[in-house]
Amino acid sequence: METRVRPNGWEWLSWLYMRVSAVLLLLLVLGHLYIMHVVNSTDTIDFAFVAQRLATPFWRIYDLLILVLALSHGLNGLRGIVNDYTRPGGGWRLAWNVALWTVGLVFTLLGALVLFSFDPTAFARR
Amino acid sequence: MKVHVRIKRFNPEKDRRPYWADYEVPTDPFDRVLDVLHYIKWNLDGTLALRRSCAHGICGSDAMLINGRNRLACKVLVKDLGPRITVEPLRGLPVIKDLVVDMEPFFSKYRQVMPWLVNDEPPPVRERLQSPEERARIDDTTKCILCAVCTTACPIFWGNGEFLGPAALVAAHRFIFDSRDRAAPERLAILAERSGAFKCRTVFNCTDACPQGIEITKAIQDLKRAIVLSRT
Ligand code: HEM
Ligand code: SF4
Ligand code: FES
Repeated sequence: METRVRPNGWEWLSWLYMRVSAVLLLLLVLGHLYIMHVVNSTDTIDFAFVAQRLATPFWRIYDLLILVLALSHGLNGLRGIVNDYTRPGGGWRLAWNVALWTVGLVFTLLGALVLFSFDPTAFARR
Repeated sequence: MKVHVRIKRFNPEKDRRPYWADYEVPTDPFDRVLDVLHYIKWNLDGTLALRRSCAHGICGSDAMLINGRNRLACKVLVKDLGPRITVEPLRGLPVIKDLVVDMEPFFSKYRQVMPWLVNDEPPPVRERLQSPEERARIDDTTKCILCAVCTTACPIFWGNGEFLGPAALVAAHRFIFDSRDRAAPERLAILAERSGAFKCRTVFNCTDACPQGIEITKAIQDLKRAIVLSRT
């Protein structure tokens, strides 16, 4: 028999993404904790340390990854909860989804802007 | 032994909202809750409405909330509950009267997963054979009696009724992993959608409540794995 396969849902991808992003976050966040709180301490971390760290593309990409993964993981998790408790096709679900996407986009852009426009020499010159 | 029974009653033609009714019932410790309900209906108040058929835990028609847990009234003994028993209709389905709920939302979910054998290959002379190992794959999920205990114990089903629910997923599992069936891709596509397998949040209420002891959450994880593996 020829099987008719209905158009794919993508909820399975969202589910998989929660797991993949969680594993990546676990590694990245452990690394972050190690650098910021074990090797160094928040008592000794100063502007110079942050400036020096952000001077290398490696750490900018590292921080950007945490930012994007944590935001998308958290907001996608909230989207799941919203879909559990709002009516399909209703106004509340739409409003929540618009809000989640807006928060996600704004904070991703804002974070990326800070990470990539940060110029330590601009402060040194003053 | 006298027990005190509280029943959440509701007759939509008369009552504005559900109310608790109290009954004192003489019982034997080895009576089932179903016997207690029979006693009330036959001796104290004939207007009490409930469903039951087999009275032996196999037809699945007397599922209700007993002392806060979904169970079959014919499968729980008075001695295991103590002297106070509360009985309520299943949650998440509309009440028709007293302990009788409208099962249609439940069965419409069930029908969505195509709960029948699909195989257009010419039938062999005798039956379609299956090895004991192939049969073992679906041993657990064939035991379902469609009582709705699991689906109406699931907080995700209560949330907005969108979720197919554990019972429909158990039925899907029973056919998807049946070696004689040919419609697994079609069913997996249905389960991959928003209201399907991935709406399960692994709460385990279904597994805890199932009167047939089916490992429902495990079956649902099997389905999730099959969908992810077939698409990556
Ligand atoms: C190392 C870090 C993290 C790990 C290992 C992790 C792991 C997970 C996993 C495996 C899930 C899926 C649970 C399920 O579907 O049953 C999940 C859900 C979720 N996560 Fe994370 N997570 C991490 C960080 C975060 C962060 C930083 C946030 C917030 C910004 C967050 C917010 C959420 C939310 C809102 C959900 C949805 C909860 C639900 O559906 O009930 N997580 N997390
Ligand atoms: S899986 Fe168990 S609880 Fe759910 S309908 Fe079937 S027998 Fe009832
Ligand atoms: S009356 Fe049939 S299962 Fe209880």
